[in-house]
Amino acid sequence: MNDLIRTVLRDHGRLPVPMETLADSDDLYRAGMASHASVNVMLGLEDAFDVEFPDRMLTRGVFASVDAIAAALTELGLGAPA
Amino acid sequence: MAGTTDQEAFRTQLIDTGVLLDTGVRGVFGQGAALLEIAAAVDALVTRKAADERALRVSFPPVMPRRVLEDNGYLGSCPQLAATVFSFEGDEDAATDQAAVAAGHGDWSGHQRATDVVMVPAACHPVYPAVAALGPVPDGGQTVDAGAAWVFRREPSNDPARMQAFHQREVVRIGTPDDVAAWRDGWRDRAAGMLAGLGLDTAVDEANDPFFGRAGRLLARSQRAQKLKFEITVPIASPEPTAVASFNAHGDHFATAFGLKHADGTVAHTACLGFGLERISLALLRAHGFDREAWPEPVRADLWP
Repeated sequence: MNDLIRTVLRDHGRLPVPMETLADSDDLYRAGMASHASVNVMLGLEDAFDVEFPDRMLTRGVFASVDAIAAALTELGLGAPA
Repeated sequence: MAGTTDQEAFRTQLIDTGVLLDTGVRGVFGQGAALLEIAAAVDALVTRKAADERALRVSFPPVMPRRVLEDNGYLGSCPQLAATVFSFEGDEDAATDQAAVAAGHGDWSGHQRATDVVMVPAACHPVYPAVAALGPVPDGGQTVDAGAAWVFRREPSNDPARMQAFHQREVVRIGTPDDVAAWRDGWRDRAAGMLAGLGLDTAVDEANDPFFGRAGRLLARSQRAQKLKFEITVPIASPEPTAVASFNAHGDHFATAFGLKHADGTVAHTACLGFGLERISLALLRAHGFDREAWPEPVRADLWP
């Protein structure tokens, strides 16, 4: 799961640093992900995992790290985090 | 969407007294002498409050290059408010057909194509690319006063305080993150004092822009979580107080989009403030009545020194 999350972040996160340099727990906003990019990440994750984030998950914290995203997807029933 | 009784009554009063001139389109009004004079006085008051900023003064028309809207993300965040200028494109037969359909008030939009200009939805939008083209941000930062500019947002409403076309008095700050944050907070407090001094019942609130759709909810919550936007609200004609001024931190959003950089090549941060001149004017009429001679003397002295 985390590999696919990382692929989405690489494609949509517009991060100023390579994803490989970030740990799963690293704060993506601190690493330079803009709010507008987080929207594209949200939509990219919905495409990649064929899910729709419910309204309560449309918050900044849900997309703050690979771990946070994996936890949200797990909560939506998408298997245990790697 | 029907307005509230209070909104309808205030709207009728504004039209009956010649403050607003009805055009038949919701939220699009002509402006009478009273509104022109009050708005000009509020505008001048802001100018006096901003005198120590030594701002770069600029003015832009109510249209801007389409490319600016394409680059600044507005079509992603607020597509419901954006408006594009379309114009006729075709031969004589097409022109004849368009005129005939239009004369019957039918749909003649098929003869229209998008031009290279769009309506300005926020007075600061044309500022960023134009100032970036002037070169690096001066040491110590830069304030840009965009003056009182017509803006347009596609937002038809029966609330007379929610116009589609109105004047924003906007000032922009460009600098380091700490610089623009301090500037934004300083102006928020200064403006709250200024508006309270005019006898308005002000409140300062954290706020978010009216971003569109599900993606917009994420943006709006993100904006609030980071305390990027504050508004000063005043009771006008809505059940809830109406925002009459806003104070916004953009991080490096606009600076990255348009290449606003310091001399050392680092990307700048930006913030802006906007006063809604018509809304403040309507709030003053609501608070103090339609006879300006009878307004409290300190208010008159502030506006017409």
